[in-house]
Amino acid sequence: MGKKVGIEVSIAAAEAVGLCDVDVVAAYPITPQTHIVEHLSELVANGRLDAEFVPVESEHSAMSVCCGSAAAGARTFTSTAAQGLALMAEIVYIAASMRLPILMLVANRALSAPLSIWNDHSDAMMVRDSGWIQIFCENGQDVYDHIFHAYRVGEDPRVSLPVMVNMDGFILTHVIEPVEFWTKEMVGSYLPRFRPLNTLHPDKVVTMGAFGMPEIYAEQKMAHDQALKNSMPVLLEGWDELAKLTGRKYEPVELYRTEGAETLLLAMGSLCETASLAVDQMREAGRKVGLVKLRLWRPFPLAEVRKALSGAKDLVVLDRSISVGAANAPVTSEISAAMYHEPQRPRIHCMIAGIGGRDVTPEDITNMVDLSLKGTEQECHIYGVRG
Amino acid sequence: MKVRYRALHPFDKEAEERHIQEDHGLHPYDEYLKPGRIPHIWCPGCGLGIVVTAFIEAMKQKNVPVAQSAVVSGIGCTGRVAGYLDMDTYHTTHGRAIPFATGLALVRQDLIVTVFSGDGDLFAIGGNHLIHAARRNVNLKVICVNNFNYGMTGGQVAPTTPIDARTSTTPFGNAEPSFNLPHLAHAAGAVYVARWTTYHARQLVHSISQAFDKKGFTFVEVVAPCPTGFGRPNKLGSGLDEMRHYREVCEVRNGADPSEVEIRLREKIIVGTFVDVERPDFMEHYQSLVVARAQAKAKSKGKGKAA
Repeated sequence: MGKKVGIEVSIAAAEAVGLCDVDVVAAYPITPQTHIVEHLSELVANGRLDAEFVPVESEHSAMSVCCGSAAAGARTFTSTAAQGLALMAEIVYIAASMRLPILMLVANRALSAPLSIWNDHSDAMMVRDSGWIQIFCENGQDVYDHIFHAYRVGEDPRVSLPVMVNMDGFILTHVIEPVEFWTKEMVGSYLPRFRPLNTLHPDKVVTMGAFGMPEIYAEQKMAHDQALKNSMPVLLEGWDELAKLTGRKYEPVELYRTEGAETLLLAMGSLCETASLAVDQMREAGRKVGLVKLRLWRPFPLAEVRKALSGAKDLVVLDRSISVGAANAPVTSEISAAMYHEPQRPRIHCMIAGIGGRDVTPEDITNMVDLSLKGTEQECHIYGVRG
Repeated sequence: MKVRYRALHPFDKEAEERHIQEDHGLHPYDEYLKPGRIPHIWCPGCGLGIVVTAFIEAMKQKNVPVAQSAVVSGIGCTGRVAGYLDMDTYHTTHGRAIPFATGLALVRQDLIVTVFSGDGDLFAIGGNHLIHAARRNVNLKVICVNNFNYGMTGGQVAPTTPIDARTSTTPFGNAEPSFNLPHLAHAAGAVYVARWTTYHARQLVHSISQAFDKKGFTFVEVVAPCPTGFGRPNKLGSGLDEMRHYREVCEVRNGADPSEVEIRLREKIIVGTFVDVERPDFMEHYQSLVVARAQAKAKSKGKGKAA
C-alpha cells in the first residue's frame, strides 16, 4: 500500500497520470485545470516521466493532438474545463466515435456567458451525448483512483473508448486533501500495457475519420452506442480489482444511509460529500432521508438507478447545471425518464443548486429537502436565486 | 418558490453607489473608466495600466469621443481592459476578439474599433483570425500587449515565449521558437506596424494616435512586464526592474525590417514604427468590386426589362 499524504488534488491527479506512464500530454491552460498540466510539464521536464508534453495553441488543437497520438497507439492525456471543452467539443465527439482511448480530466466549470471561472456541471452536460465514458468524482481520492481505472477500462480492447473523469473545479482541484498514493507495483499489476485495437501503422493500413454515408452512419452510431453500453462489465471489473488492491469499493450508483429512507437525495460530484453531511444531520433529527450518489453518468446505469430509487416516496435531485428552456435540469430529466415505466416510483423534485460557483452548504440541502416536500412534483427550482 | 437571499445578505445599493460616486472623479481619466470597476485586478508592476493610459491619452489627443470608440478584447489579463473602459466594449471568448470586431467595424464604419488583447489571445488561440483580418485589411486598431506568457492562468508557455525562457509549463526552459509579432503582422498585410515597451509611454501614445488616423488594419505591439507570471521564473525582478531593463536594452529603430526585430530573452529589444504604408482597406475593395458591380448588374437588368 502506498503512502497517505496531504496534497492538492490537482497535483495528486498529475502524479497519478505520471504513474500511468503516459506517452503524450497535450493541453492548453484554462482555469481551474492549470495545476494538473503544470505539474505534468514538471514531471516531463525533470525526467520523472518519459512523455511528449505538447503546449498546443488551443483546446481544439489539444484534443486533435490527442486523437493523433491515440491513433498512433500512445497512451494519451489531456485536461480542460468549460470554455476549453466547448472549443474542443468538435473533436470530443470524433475521439469517441473513432474509439480512441484518451483520458480527459475535466475540472468542471460553468460555461460563459456571463464569464465565470467557478464550478458547475454545465460543461460536462454539454458533451453528455458525445459517447465518452463519463465519471463524476466525489473527492480527491476518487479522482486519484479513477485515473488508473479510466486507463484500464478505456484501453481495454473490449471497450476502446475515451474516458472523461469529472472533478469539480476549485472545490476539488484546488483543495489539499489526504490522498493515499499507489505504488509503482500496484499500478503495474492493475494497469496492463496499452495494446490498441486499431492504430495508424504503415504495415497495416487503415483510414480513420472517413465519410460515413447515409447507408452506414446509423449502423456506426448503433455500434458506438452498444460499445459504450457494453463497457459496463469492464467498468465493474475495474472497480472490483481496484477494491481488491486498495480496499476502496466504487460503484456506478452508491448509497449512503438509504435503509428505510422515505426521501432520497441524488447528487453527482463533490456535492455528494456535502449532501452526506446533511443526511447525517437529518437522520439525527429522526428524519428518514438517504443519499444516492450517481458516480457513473455514461454509460447510464439504468438498472442500478431503478433499483436504488424505486423504494422511496420522494426523490430530490440536486442538479448542478441548468438546461435553459427545458422542463427539467439534465440529471433530473435522465432520472425521470429512467423511472417513468417503473410500477413504483418516487415523486421526483428538481433542485438546481450551486451553479456558477454558488456555495451549497449542508443547511442548504436540508432546506432543499424541506422545500421539495412542500411543493408538487415536476417543479424545477433554482435554489437560492434572487429576484 | 423563492428563497430570500437578500434577507440573509442585505445589500445596500444606494450606499454602494454613493461610495463609488464619492471616489469617482479623483483621477484625470475617470470619465473614460467605469466607476465601480476600479481598482483593477492587475498585479503590482504589471504594464497593462500604462497601456490603458496611453490608449486614453491617444483618444484625448485625437479628440476621439467616447461615443465613437468601441473596444473589443478577448480573454486574459489584457482582456479585462474591456471591463474597465467606460465606452462600448465587448469581452469576447478566448481568441475571438478580432472576428467580433470585424463584424462591428463593417457594420458601424463610423466607429473606431480597437482590439485590445494579449499575445496569447491574439497569436495562440486566435492566431488564425489575426492573419485573416490583416490580409483583408479590415479597419481595426489592434493593440497587443505582449507579456510573453499566459499571465491570467498562472504563467504558462505561449507562442510568444522566447526560446529558453522558463514558464510554469517549461520549468527548465522553452524549446519552441517564438513568434516575431511585427513580422507576422506585416507579412499578413497590416498597413501600420509598431512596437514599443511600457517604458516608451509617450511614443506609445503617438503610435496609437497615428493608428487612429490610419484606415485599415493597424498593429501596435506593447512589450509589457509581467513580474508575477513571466518575471519570476526568469528572475527579471520587479516591474520597476523590468522598466529599467527596457531603458537599457531598447533601441529605437523606426523603419526597421520587421524580420529583424525578433525578441530574445535578456537581449536587445528593437522598438519603433516599422511599417506605415497605404493599401485599400476591406470596405474599399468590397465597395468597388462587389457593391458597384452588383449595382451595375441590377441597373442593366432593369434596363432590359424596361425595353
